[in-house]
Order: sequence, then C-alpha cells, then structure tokens
Amino acid sequence: MATEFHNLQELRHSASLANKVFIQRDYTEGTICRFQTKFPSELESRIERSLFEDTVKTLNNYYAEAEKIGGQSYLEGCLACTTAYLIFLCMETRYEKVLKKISRYIQEQNEKIYAPRGLLITDPIDRGMRVIEISIYEDRGSSGSSSGSSSTTSSSGR
Amino acid sequence: MKNCEYQQIDPQALPTPTPTPTPTPTPPSQPCPEKTKKQQRKWEIFPGKNRFYCDGRIIIARQSGVFPLTLGIILITSGLFFIFDCPFLVKHLTSGIPVIGGVLVVFVVISLLQTSFTDPGILPRATPEEAADIEKQIDNPGSSSSSSSYRPPPRTKEIVINQQVVKLKYCFTCKIFRPPRTSHCSLCDNCVERFDHHCPWVGNCVGKRNYRFFYCFIVSLSFLTAFIFGCVTTHLALRSQSGTGLVDALQDSPASAIELVVCFFSVWSILGLSGFHTYLVASNLTTNEDIKGSWSGKSGSEDTGNPYSHNSIFKNCCVVLCGPMPPSLIDRRGYVPEDSLPNATVEIQLPAAKNDVNVVGKVPSQGL
Repeated sequence: MATEFHNLQELRHSASLANKVFIQRDYTEGTICRFQTKFPSELESRIERSLFEDTVKTLNNYYAEAEKIGGQSYLEGCLACTTAYLIFLCMETRYEKVLKKISRYIQEQNEKIYAPRGLLITDPIDRGMRVIEISIYEDRGSSGSSSGSSSTTSSSGR
Repeated sequence: MKNCEYQQIDPQALPTPTPTPTPTPTPPSQPCPEKTKKQQRKWEIFPGKNRFYCDGRIIIARQSGVFPLTLGIILITSGLFFIFDCPFLVKHLTSGIPVIGGVLVVFVVISLLQTSFTDPGILPRATPEEAADIEKQIDNPGSSSSSSSYRPPPRTKEIVINQQVVKLKYCFTCKIFRPPRTSHCSLCDNCVERFDHHCPWVGNCVGKRNYRFFYCFIVSLSFLTAFIFGCVTTHLALRSQSGTGLVDALQDSPASAIELVVCFFSVWSILGLSGFHTYLVASNLTTNEDIKGSWSGKSGSEDTGNPYSHNSIFKNCCVVLCGPMPPSLIDRRGYVPEDSLPNATVEIQLPAAKNDVNVVGKVPSQGL
C-alpha cells in the first residue's frame, strides 16, 4: 500500500494535469448533499460510465446516511441540547464518522479505479462540499500509470 | 482527527524520496526558505472578514458588534441578582432559587459563547479552476457577448425543489452559485449556508451550524430574564410588605432597581424574539426568507409554499434543532497546501511533509 501511494505521487508529478472536471451538486431534493450523476463528456474516453455512476451514487448514499434524520440523530441532538452542546467538543458526531468513511472510500476508489486511468478524485469536503473535482492527467510517462491514492489534500472537516 | 489519518499515510509513503534530496544542489536555496518558513494554517489566509483566536479554534465576525456588551449585561445583572437578591430570597422563600438561577446563567453563557464562536456554516470560496469552469458554463449558452466592460447582470440558475422553482444566484465575491437558502453576509463577507441573519448582539452570523445554539441562547435567556424579573419583584414585594413601603425597599436594595429595569426592557424583546424564532423553527423558515417573503405566496396561489418544510411542526422542530450537526467546511486549522510550486516537473526537493498535508512537489519523478 505504501508503494502504491508512492507510485501515485510519482504519477502526479510526472503526469501533467490536463483538465479538471467538476461534478456539481444536485439540489432537486432540497439542501441535502447530493451530487449529479450526469456523466461528463470529458471523461467519456477515460472511464466507463457505469463505474463513474457507481462512485457518485455510493457517495450520495454515504452523504444521505450522514444527514439522515432518524432516531440516532434525534438522540444525539437531544443529548447535546441537555449538555448545552458541550458534548460536541468531546464527541465525534455521526456526520464526522461518515465523512471519514467517505474519505477512505474515495482513497480506495482512487487506488483501484481512477488512478490506473489517469484520474484523481478530490474529496468534496476539501471543496466545501460544492463539487466533486476530478483531475484528468495526461500521462507523459512511457510506462502505464500505477495505482495510488490521493493523500494530497488537507482537511480536517471540522 | 482526519489529519491523523493522513499523518499515518505520509511517513509510509515517503521513505524513499527523503534520502534523494542530495543530487540537486541548485534548488536548495529555494527550498531552504520554504523549509524554515512556518507553514501557515488556513485561517491565517482566510479571505472573509472574520477574526480567529486560539490558533483557529474560535471564529467570530470582525465587527463583533455589541457582543461584549451582551455578555457584560448578562453577567452583571446575574451577579447583582446573586449578590443582592438571593440571600433575602433564600431566607424567606427557598434555597432552590440560586440553584435554578445558576443553571440558567450557565446555560445562557455557554450557548452565547457557542453561538458567537462557532462557524455559522461559511462556504469556502471557489478555487480558481472551479470559478473558471462555472464562468465557462455561464458564457457558453450564448449569453451577452460584451461582458468585459461592465458587470453583467446578476446570474441566476433555476432549479426545482419539491416541485417548486427556486432561483440560485451567483455570488460575485465567492464565485459560486449559492446553494439554496445560502446568502452572502456583507458584514462578514462570506456566503453562509441557511443564512438566518447577522446578529450584532452575538457578534456573528446565525446560520446552519449555529442556529440551534442561537435558539437555545434566546430561549434560555428569556427564561433567565423572566426568572430574575419574577424573583426581584417578589423580593421587593416581600421587603415592602415587611418593611415600610416600596420606596424604602428600593432604597435598601438599589441593585434590585437596576435589575428590574434591565429585565423589564429585556424580557419583552427577548420573549418576542423567542416567539418569533419558535415560529420560524416550526415552519422551517429562516429570518431572511421570512423578511423577504420568499414563500409567502406572492401570487396568492397554493404553489408557493416552503419547499423545505416537512409539513409537520414536530418534524420541522426536530429537523432544525436536533438534526445532524454538519461539519465546518472552512477547515480553519488545516495547513495551507504548498501549491505555489510552479509545476510538477521541477524537482524541488523539499523535505517530506513535516505536517500531514500536501506532498505536492516533494517527490522526484523517477523515469515514469
């Protein structure tokens, strides 16, 4: 795994960034976090439509899980209210837990699917949850792209 | 916490590049200043008009308004209450009074501090590539050609939410299309999600992330002012009954007079505000939307209703007050990525990230 990261970083710095595609938010269901599943034309030659749509749909499901309003979130909210919300200083909220899951998923997707095709997904939390940024690299190297993941962007999502 | 994950990855990822800095003697002069330059945290270069304390942990609007006054009035009035009224009331009534008062004061102060010092839901500004992409999308559909000389008319995008047409406006400062219910606060110069209003008393915007704290603050403050008002009135009444009249009672306990005046004027406004916000919470509206009359049926037709409401008072309250707490999007304490490096091919041999963050430009290409 370490070598895979190492290889991806080499790829990033030997490949040149050709373009960036931004997948915008889908607001048809209100203000919840959802991304459009429309396949961008720039990616047509790089990745299969079904893989891309799977990724976006899985991300949408994760976000829906984070923002789900149900028993657990009410419990969390009421408990927080009784402690004058001080509990947020000590406890990790459910949303943050899901965000961690999301970043692991994106890393895994980058390693397995996107980096071999010269693409890189940026975690939406690093872009203010506005877009999913997909960087398209033109591989200048002769040997094929190696897998790896994006350990690049910074965030702590708090 | 997410930083910790990346810290685990990087040391594994960069064992090999670190020994290789030696073969390139020319750039060292370049990386040296960067190596010794302290890495900046993102809050230090934050473009909005905010102030940060405790190394980015605390955020407040630059114009803190009358926040110190608010805190001062609350603490002083409560202090006077505990010092001058409580002893009498404990003797004559019950010792539960300072306890209740104490709990209320603690609640009020904590929720006030949380409202003021929490990120209200600020949207970070668009990266240059994002902004360019949006511009491209706007200019493409054959809009007005001469856009260089004057500012083009406000750009809007229409979307449909719950069978209702909602217009998204383009924010020229942040260079994004504002999500629904987001508004740009001119005092803080930020787009804030679910923007309610900018409260000068609290010294911060009230938005998605701190609305529940704000609501908790005004509700507990109304209880506190009503409680103090009632106790002080009782105190003066008891004193004037057992003594020689109201005027003498006031002379005996002048602090009570001050508290009475403060509470009398506050209780109406705070109670009114609490009532208003309870109405907003129950209908899942924001002050901004209510004032602008966004959903109040301009044409009088049934179609213009609030598309965000769950059509149940209980559910609206639960969603607004007990919904999941969204994370802060501005990542105040993250480190600024070193994107200043010109392009990826230049082999600037910087040391491996002493912090977790961006390892761009640190790895030499090895014949890939």
